[in-house]
Order: sequence, then C-alpha cells, then structure tokens
Amino acid sequence: MALTGLLMVGFLLFHMYGNLKLFAGMEAYDTYAHHLRIFFEPILANRVFLWIVRVVMLAAVVLHIVSAIVVSRSAWSAAGAGRRYQSGKNKSGLQRTYASRTMRWGGVIIFVFVIAHLLQFTVSSLRTEAIMQTSPYARVVAAFEVWWVWLAYLIALTAVLFHLRHGIWSAFTTLGLHIGPVARRNLDALSWIVAGVLWVGFLAPVTWILIAQPPIPGASA
Amino acid sequence: MNVTLRVWRQKDAQSKGKMVDYKLQDIDDHMSFLEMLDVLNEQLTASGEEPVAFDSDCREGICGMCGVVINGVPHGRGQTTYQTTTCQLHMREFRDGDVIDVEPWRAKPFPVIKDLVVDRTSFDRIIEAGGFISAPTGTAPEAHSVPVPKADADRAFDAATCIGCGACVAACPNGSAMLFTAAKITHLGSLPQGQPERRSRALSMVAQHDAEGFGNCSNIGECSAACPKGIPLQFISRLNRDLWGALSTVDGKHLG
Repeated sequence: MALTGLLMVGFLLFHMYGNLKLFAGMEAYDTYAHHLRIFFEPILANRVFLWIVRVVMLAAVVLHIVSAIVVSRSAWSAAGAGRRYQSGKNKSGLQRTYASRTMRWGGVIIFVFVIAHLLQFTVSSLRTEAIMQTSPYARVVAAFEVWWVWLAYLIALTAVLFHLRHGIWSAFTTLGLHIGPVARRNLDALSWIVAGVLWVGFLAPVTWILIAQPPIPGASA
Repeated sequence: MNVTLRVWRQKDAQSKGKMVDYKLQDIDDHMSFLEMLDVLNEQLTASGEEPVAFDSDCREGICGMCGVVINGVPHGRGQTTYQTTTCQLHMREFRDGDVIDVEPWRAKPFPVIKDLVVDRTSFDRIIEAGGFISAPTGTAPEAHSVPVPKADADRAFDAATCIGCGACVAACPNGSAMLFTAAKITHLGSLPQGQPERRSRALSMVAQHDAEGFGNCSNIGECSAACPKGIPLQFISRLNRDLWGALSTVDGKHLG
C-alpha cells in the first residue's frame, strides 16, 4: 500500500510538471508529449518506455486497490462494518483527520476519475466537442474549455488532495520514518505540501484554459 | 449531581445486548467513575435487579483491568484533557444532568462476556507468541556487565508502561492492536537482552496479532490519543522497522 502509493505520487509529480508546459504554448507542450513517446530512444524502441511506465503504473494501481480491500476487510471484520458504538458522541474520535476518515471514499472517487480521464485523453473514446484532434495541446484546450470537464477535474483533484494528506504521512510511517513527535509534524507538513503542490499545479493550467480560452494555433476557426 | 446512564446490558456471550437507561441522584463530584458504577450496582442490588458487570482491580490506573467506552471513547478520554484509565476518571469531568453512554470495548478478538466485561485473552496469546527473552538460568549476572544506554533504557521503560488494557483496540477504527504489539516489541527490543529474538519476535507477534482477528494499522493515531499511558504512535513505526529488518532473515534468524 505504501510503496505503490508513493510510486503513484511520483508519477503524479512528473505528470503535473508536464501539464505546466501548457503555459508555454502549443509547441512546447506538443514537443513534451512527443518526447514521452521517444523516451530513451534509440536504446529502447519507440513507445517502449511509455509502455513500461503504463504497465508499472497499472500494476501499482491494482496492487494498491487489492491492499486496500485486504486492509478494509480486516478492519470491518475486527471493528464491525456497521455501527460500532451506540453512543452518538465523539463520533469523529479524539484527533483523527478528515482526510483519514475519507480515505476509502476518496480512493473510489479517484479510481472512477482515472478511468474517465484515461478514456478521455489516452483512449479518446469519450469524445467531447473537439473530437480527436491530432495535437495533444489542442485536445487539452478543447476539453477544458468545457466547464463541467473542469468541474469534474476540480472534484477529483480535491479528492487527491485529501487522499494524499493522509496517504503520504501514512506511507512514510508504514515504512518506518515516523521516529518521533517532530517527525510526525514534518511528515504531516510534507503531506500537505506535496498534496497542495499537486492540487495547484494540476488546476492552474486548466483553470487558465477555462478562463482565457487560448486560441489553438493552426486550427480553422 | 444527577446523571442518566445509558449502559450496555448483555446477559452472556450468546445473548443480544441493548442499552438500558438508569437515573442516578446525588452523585458526588469526587467519586471515580467506577465508584459511581458501584452506587448504581448498590441500587440495582437493593431493588432485586442484576448488577452491571464490569472489570476492575487496582483502581489506581496501573493494572489495566478496568476499561469501558464512555460517550464513544475508551476510558472517557473525550471528557478529559489528561491521560486516564476509567478508574481514575472522576465524576467532576461530567456536568449535572448529563446523559453518559457506557459500553464495552468493541472488537471481534474481544468478545463480550457479560455487560461491560470483555475477554482479552487474545492479548495474552500475542505476548506468548514473542513477548519473552532468552536468559540463561542460574545466578543473576553482574548488572554492570551489560551496559544499557540511557536513551534505550528510557524508551524501553516508556514502552513497558503499557498496561494491556485494550483501549487502543477499542479506539482504533480498524480494530487494530498494533499499538499494544508495538509497545511490547519496543519494550523488549530496546534492551540488549531482547536482541537475540528481535526479528523473530516482530514476525511472530504480528502474525499472532493478525491470527487473532485484529485489524491492520492505517496510521490514524486514535490508539495513542486514547491510551491511558500515552504509548507514543511512533512505536508502530519502530515495529515496522523491525519487520523490515526481518526481511533479511529466515524466520527471524540471521544467516551465517
């Protein structure tokens, strides 16, 4: 759970870095997208590295979900899946965070979003208005000019924000890095910072697209 | 002060239980929570009803016998700003007219025996699985022959203050006993005498923990917040480090 989670966080950081190139315009973004395909060429053939990343990420997602199911089932078995205590008082516990309480639902929201996201941009079967344009830049711009696409993105990224606020802390603690009270504060801070950077870094370019509606060079208007 | 108690009543392990209301009058602020329950039981006995069964022994917060969930939190930690066992919780933490919910620990490995009493022998079996050291029998060795660094001795002692009350399990949303297990592993694993079994201890105690049906740890921290002895959450990370260490061993034993 911890290792696969951190692997996915690493992927998201790189993904966000790539998305920021939207600000640099069509040429820069399309060149970036093209280079993802020819990574490590000619040592690896065209798209081989891309497929390695895809397979590794798919394995990480599957293992993460399988672990989540195993952990959840043991928790429901041990603590009871329904109402544990009759008392309605102190329901949110003594100190637990909102993020830790919403890990499972957040995970489900993110999972649904990732599938829709892959269908939209990788498989391109969810055809929004700008049906299959060949330029990745044009496809992103066309997608996020639609307000509800942006809204879905906002909801999913907020789910990621909270999932990572508990997830990053929890992953490093599971790996043994929680060595004292100061470490706990630092790991909590790290979780907020990484989650916050991802939230801002992913939302900034698409919000800019929604508001500024930048023209797509070369597209016949 | 006058309070209304809502107490979990359950005849035996097989019966279904339910919350029953009891009104108590003229409760002294200085009574401990258990003394208040004693007053209730006096009343019940006088009126010919079955008294409420609950565990208690030393009543000074060091034996780990007592423990009930008060207003949804073990040992009534929702009422207090300090670490406490149920026996050291006093009625001054409540207000006149309060409705107080009293329930047993809830976890599959802690089945209810009667009313507020649960069976915690699952903890004993976790201890049996690895809570020991190999010491040669015979005359006690000279104490100075095995120096213990002060920091290690302090950590071991902090961990050894765990009284095994089970509040960590009752507080954990996953029903995990990792804090208890981590306290025992840290206690023995911090000292030179505990090194030979350090890796195998982590493996066998965690295996027994899982076999008993306790849940997994997801680092929420309710255990440590509810703990009457303030066992720090970081001991669970230490347990995980011992498990990492056991990866380079076969059944916890180093090769060669």
